[in-house]
Amino acid sequence: MAAPSSVAAFGTTGSYLDTFPGRRGLWGWLTTVDHKKIGLMYAAAMFTFFLVGMALGFLIRLELLQPGTQFIGPKTYNSVFTLHGVIMIFLFIVPGIPAILGNFILPLQLGAEDVAFPRLNLLSWYVYMVGAVMALASLFISGGPIDTGWTFYAPYAVNTQTNVSWAVLAAFVLGFSSILTGMNFITTIHRLRAPGMGFFGMPLFCWGLYATSWIQIIATPVVGITLVLLFLERTLGIGFFDPSRGGDPILYQHLFWIYSHPVVYVMILPAMGIISEILPTFARRTIFGYKAIAMSSMAIAVVGYLVWGHHMFTVGMSDTARWIFSILTFFVAVPTGVKVFNWMATLYRGSIEVRVPLLYALGWVFLFSIGGLTGLANGALATDIHIHDTAYIVGHFHYTMFGGAVIGMFAGLHFWFPKIYGRMYDEKRATWAWGLIMVGFNTLYFPMLILGIMGMPRRYQDYLPQFSFWHMVSTIGSWILVAGILLMFFNLLRAIRHGKIAGDNPWGATTLEWKTSSPPPLLNFAQAPVVTTGPYDFTEILAKGHDPEAKSL
Amino acid sequence: MNGASSYSGLVDRAFIFILGTSILLLIAVTAVMIFFIVRYRRSKNPNPAQIEGSTTLETIWTVLPTILVLVMFYYGWAGFKVMRDIPDGAMQVTVKAQMWSWLFEYENGKQSAELIVPTGRPVALNLTSSDVIHSFFVPAFRLKEDCMPGRTNHAWFESIRDGEYDLLCAEYCGDLHSAMLSKVVSVPADSFDAWLGLDAGPPTGRQLLTLRGCVACHTLDGKDLVGPSFKGVFGKTETVVLPDGTERQVTIDEEYLRRAILEPKAEIVKGYKDQMPEQRDLVTDEEVDALIKFIKGLQ
Repeated sequence: MAAPSSVAAFGTTGSYLDTFPGRRGLWGWLTTVDHKKIGLMYAAAMFTFFLVGMALGFLIRLELLQPGTQFIGPKTYNSVFTLHGVIMIFLFIVPGIPAILGNFILPLQLGAEDVAFPRLNLLSWYVYMVGAVMALASLFISGGPIDTGWTFYAPYAVNTQTNVSWAVLAAFVLGFSSILTGMNFITTIHRLRAPGMGFFGMPLFCWGLYATSWIQIIATPVVGITLVLLFLERTLGIGFFDPSRGGDPILYQHLFWIYSHPVVYVMILPAMGIISEILPTFARRTIFGYKAIAMSSMAIAVVGYLVWGHHMFTVGMSDTARWIFSILTFFVAVPTGVKVFNWMATLYRGSIEVRVPLLYALGWVFLFSIGGLTGLANGALATDIHIHDTAYIVGHFHYTMFGGAVIGMFAGLHFWFPKIYGRMYDEKRATWAWGLIMVGFNTLYFPMLILGIMGMPRRYQDYLPQFSFWHMVSTIGSWILVAGILLMFFNLLRAIRHGKIAGDNPWGATTLEWKTSSPPPLLNFAQAPVVTTGPYDFTEILAKGHDPEAKSL
Repeated sequence: MNGASSYSGLVDRAFIFILGTSILLLIAVTAVMIFFIVRYRRSKNPNPAQIEGSTTLETIWTVLPTILVLVMFYYGWAGFKVMRDIPDGAMQVTVKAQMWSWLFEYENGKQSAELIVPTGRPVALNLTSSDVIHSFFVPAFRLKEDCMPGRTNHAWFESIRDGEYDLLCAEYCGDLHSAMLSKVVSVPADSFDAWLGLDAGPPTGRQLLTLRGCVACHTLDGKDLVGPSFKGVFGKTETVVLPDGTERQVTIDEEYLRRAILEPKAEIVKGYKDQMPEQRDLVTDEEVDALIKFIKGLQ
């Protein structure tokens, strides 16, 4: 929605939340091409799905409180954990940070009026909604909720009578939303950077989104094809994966993981970008090793393509394939380590103010370090054979995806909330929620690592008595975690209307989104910004003296 | 938790090295983070230093982790290599996995629902599945390998201690995945030889129900599980659903039972899912007769 020059004044003052070029109200939202409103529409849909997914996860833990059946029988249990995975992964984590925070923040950080293709951006939202409705519809139409696990492994997913066909078509449609958003962001980054901003002058969140977008474009078609093959296998009985018809179930796993391993980096790279924004802001110093962090994102994106086989060390691949995938997997750990070391160095000799976004960022570093380090035992062959398909994998996966991607998103939400709504949440309550989330998270997921090493397989509705104690601890953790998350959402929702006015730059941050008003005007900037310094240049902030209102927690 | 196979020590060595290093790194990162937060808090350090980076440091923390992970790779590979080299002359056992039971077949044709093995002798496993993917997992042996339909996977172990060890299915396989359990029973070599040589004749109908995994889904006491119970089923009139969706009434006689075992998909009792694997190539005519005879007697 580029404004014609004759109405240049329109949309350059006042809040985007109150500015509609056409109709107002619900219709105004549903037809908007403003990247900020679209970001919030994604937020409304995705956080709803997140809460549904969380409720399902809560039920899983409740069922596992004790051995035996508590209140969910095996069939229902299998559908519950499948839906938990499908909703959380396909409807929330994969598209989450790019669609919500990426949409809102990317054009602002680049100094642009909008993304490169605003109408395509709105189309992506509708495609996403169609996919989401299809996924939910699969619950209610005949056949019943899927029970395959989110991986849809053949031949189980080919044979089961539950509604796998709908669910895979839904995932197929969702993939298009992902591809379109990726294309939009790459074009935006290449074409719409403010005058004076080179590639290495971009904020690191943009680098994270850039690496992510390439993976979305290149990897998503592979899963699209795979899911179509699975659909045809179910409907026409072609025999791609069915050995009795000359197919191969291992082929399915290769195809699935060629997408689904890179996609974990789609989930994590934007979160790493968020952390790279928050640490320098609250340390009031330039980030340490800008180029190393930017390039390590690209290195993770590239090497991440070549490691999918580590999901398949027990399927009967050749031993040669197994050790090659093992060594490649270890190489992806190196750029991840480089990032963590640079973040630590960014705190060195900073002037650190501990406020809520920084708490989330520090908690993120701790949780993601556990996630990354527990991954090393998955990369090594001898150890992975033992822990593959056990609760250890579930624990590791949640430390990386929940601890990494989702806690990173929470950090970003608390960081940019005053920009999005122009108001500040209650920081004391936010700190309490953070504390509950950190304690609950570790009480919930750390026992899974122990259980896995003890030999507790995953996707079990019932378990042997020796696993009882740690299952009980884990379930108690889920109660604490859910309390923390609900408190966090309550605090943020309340602040939308009742928060104190935040000011344009409450944290003393340096990137372009903080140089416009809060909330920004419809076209983002009163005057198109020109960039003369690096993204994390605190000279001006420090020269102004220290913000008297800033208080350490 | 104690390893009980000849190579479990090597696996545990890799675990200790990798997890030990990881814990040290986690403590180091967390300690440095907390130290910096306290040492450089704004009230104490109002003037930050603007340090852009250091090529020396970037090189160090790229090269050192690379070496470290290569050492981890080596430990993992060393433990794995032993797992993959099946000793010559190992005793061969065929593992047949199906929803949701295990069947073990020895070279002399003996069948068992538990894996009985001699302590101190290598056992080679030929792993197969007749329906979906399962995974043979014995935590005490640090061993896991998938049972794939349409192919045979290979693994081996040598138990170093007498005892009973849990055997679990580790690849999700449907409704009763978490009940697809069995045991590895490791016994002294001479008692094993005696057990293996014991000629008990062809298995009885009751034994077959366990060996073939029937009882995973069909109870003998009238309780409803994944499939209908065997108790009192003979002579009953049931509504069955044909593959084209039409329904009809049948009286359960010997002919029906034979069809239901060999080609279960042809007529599914209404209210149950079509998920029983076809037994046509899995049981002999004599075994079907023995099964029918036993079920007939369960009134």
